[in-house]
Amino acid sequence: MKRRKFNLMLEIKNLHANVNGKEILRGINLTVRPGEVHAIMGPNGSGKSTLSSVLAGNPVFEVTEGEVTFEGKNLLDLAPEERSCEGIFLSFQYPVEIPGVSMVNFMRTAINEHRKYKKQEPISASDFLKLMREKREVVELDNKLASRSVNEGFSGGEKKRNEIFQMAMLEPKLAILDETDSGLDIDALRIVANGVNKLKSEHNATLVITHYQRLLDYIKPEFVHVLYKGKIVKSAGPELALELEEKGYDWIKKELGE
Amino acid sequence: MIIEQQYIDLYNQAKGMINRHSSDVLNAPREQAFADFQKNGFPTKKSEEYKYTDVSEFFNLDYGFNLNRLAVPVDPYEVFKCDVPNLSSLLYFLVNDSYFAKPGVGKSLPASVFVGSLKDFSEKHPDLAAKHYGKLAKTENDGIVAFNTVFAQDGFVIYIPKGVTIEKPIQLVNIFRGDVDMMSNRRLLIIVEENAEAKLLSCDHTIDEGRKFLSTQVTEIFVGKDARFDFYEMEENGVDTCRVASTFVSQEANSNAVVNSITLHNGRTRNNYEVTLNGQHAETHLGGMAIVDKTQSVDNHTFIDHAVPHCTSHEMFKYVLDEKSIGAFTGRILVRKDAQKTEAYQTNKNICTTADAKMYTKPQLEIYADDVKCSHGATIGQIDENALFYLRARGISEKEARMLLKFAFMADVIDNIRMDAFKDRLKLLVEKRFRNELAKCAGCSGC
Ligand SMILES: Nc1ncnc2c1ncn2[C@@H]1O[C@H](COP(=O)(O)OP(=O)(O)O)[C@@H](O)[C@H]1O
Ligand SMILES: [Mg+2]
Repeated sequence: MKRRKFNLMLEIKNLHANVNGKEILRGINLTVRPGEVHAIMGPNGSGKSTLSSVLAGNPVFEVTEGEVTFEGKNLLDLAPEERSCEGIFLSFQYPVEIPGVSMVNFMRTAINEHRKYKKQEPISASDFLKLMREKREVVELDNKLASRSVNEGFSGGEKKRNEIFQMAMLEPKLAILDETDSGLDIDALRIVANGVNKLKSEHNATLVITHYQRLLDYIKPEFVHVLYKGKIVKSAGPELALELEEKGYDWIKKELGE
Repeated sequence: MIIEQQYIDLYNQAKGMINRHSSDVLNAPREQAFADFQKNGFPTKKSEEYKYTDVSEFFNLDYGFNLNRLAVPVDPYEVFKCDVPNLSSLLYFLVNDSYFAKPGVGKSLPASVFVGSLKDFSEKHPDLAAKHYGKLAKTENDGIVAFNTVFAQDGFVIYIPKGVTIEKPIQLVNIFRGDVDMMSNRRLLIIVEENAEAKLLSCDHTIDEGRKFLSTQVTEIFVGKDARFDFYEMEENGVDTCRVASTFVSQEANSNAVVNSITLHNGRTRNNYEVTLNGQHAETHLGGMAIVDKTQSVDNHTFIDHAVPHCTSHEMFKYVLDEKSIGAFTGRILVRKDAQKTEAYQTNKNICTTADAKMYTKPQLEIYADDVKCSHGATIGQIDENALFYLRARGISEKEARMLLKFAFMADVIDNIRMDAFKDRLKLLVEKRFRNELAKCAGCSGC
């Protein structure tokens, strides 16, 4: 594992987090630099979504110990909206349906909040429409969906595509993709993966949470971590993902003496 | 009967003046109404129907009346900039309870149609007026209707004769103004005959902040066979204004009516809506919204009477309650024994955004027919935290995200409005209201 000599982007140290008084994350350590792609794998219930929620600032989860810095700033001090404006994007494992809020209004509000944060003027109506059209094409999102309420009545695959569409609109520095591949057929998977790849550059980084190798065939990680019972128990190169695909998680549990 | 006594004395002293400044049709039921009022008084919290709002308290103040009908000292067309501008050239005013219209307004209407003062109508069409006035709004068991009938001297009428359609929405603006605390008692009478059609938007606005106002309003709506009528009421009153309004709707066969109640800003409000489906295949859409904060209260009390078979009713009320406000909703639906094939759907959904806000909801279905489709659902909840986080995770501030979600909650109520210009305008007003940008008196930027 050769680390590039770039600046640190995200640094997680000994992160512990609770939900409803129950400890879920039990000392996570992880460093991500610009340009890197990390995959986080692990059995169900091991805390992958909890980690992404904590990074995005979901107030349901309580951080009890540890530090997270993002581009040198203390991330844990920032509200979810500030984290977004700083460049963190979470593609939700379960995108939320919000009847009555149109996609257009939602995206225009989000874009303008990001611009306000950067002390820029609100986007013009024509620039906004152009941007919507351009980014919709990245994930081949139907115009009809863009004119509906947020995620309302979207199929599972459409919801995931909509997440990547929003990511394309907001151009984050760090994208966290929480099981963005689950529930996608092979065509949709390719569209989503292509979308992610088009947005990748040496300045931004991606954290891919997945169960399966198949997404990693498209979005090639340099680092693969196994999260188990709230801790990263193994880190290696892309070959680890293949090994997990083949052998499952039992050998890791054995290694841990279980 | 301490609160009632001052009004009993007032009537005894002033009945000559009241009658002189009104018309025979309005005067006819006054004495009986007075007897009924003396018997029943105002409803109090002891009455099951009024347990969330002590209406008698609204009256416990020394209000001025304009019984000798002094002319309104302002031209409402000049001072009033409506929150729903350019809706219609058919724009009429009731200032307190006095009718006011610019000469020539409504001249585009067919000659057979009457839109204007109730007093004028009952002089021009005494038989029609007598046939309808007070026929739905009965005084014997309703102290509020009795009180209004005792003191009402004028009001507003829409009369659309058989087969006539008025495409343009009619707008009535009810303004409160006064140099002292004032009470107004007004009547609305709507007669839409067989296969006729009209739409009315009626808005309430308090102009003089700092004064206390009380309005009683009794509305009777007759929707004839095959007729269509839409009634939208929007309240934008000051916090010191109390409103007690009772609306009675009677629908004949194949008729279609909308009754939509929007409380955007108020002090204390009690609305009664009573819809009777008297003819087969009549369809009614009763609904509305209330946005309440501070210590304001809104109590909508509804009753839909399925008296005959094959009628449909859709009822939906939504409330957003902030700070220490109080909301109440009662949804009584009666399906009579012979009213087979009734379809009646009711929902009441509410969001309390603080722990101090209170909502009381009471669905009350009484079904005596066996072959019917009826459903009801009532919920009281909070802002959806998952949705809130989702919006914030995209960079939207918590305040803005809450506003978006509250607005979204009201979206289907707004979508039910069948008056496009008003619908678009209301979207803006609701958003402004949730942003706290709706001035106490946004309606009269010119005064
Ligand atoms: N909101 C919540 N309330 C209670 N328990 C939760 C909540 N979210 C997650 N958990 C619990 O935390 C553990 C880890 O869940 P999660 O982070 O979703 O795992 P993964 O994404 O790896 O499948 C599970 O035991 C789950 O039941
Ligand atoms: Mg998960």
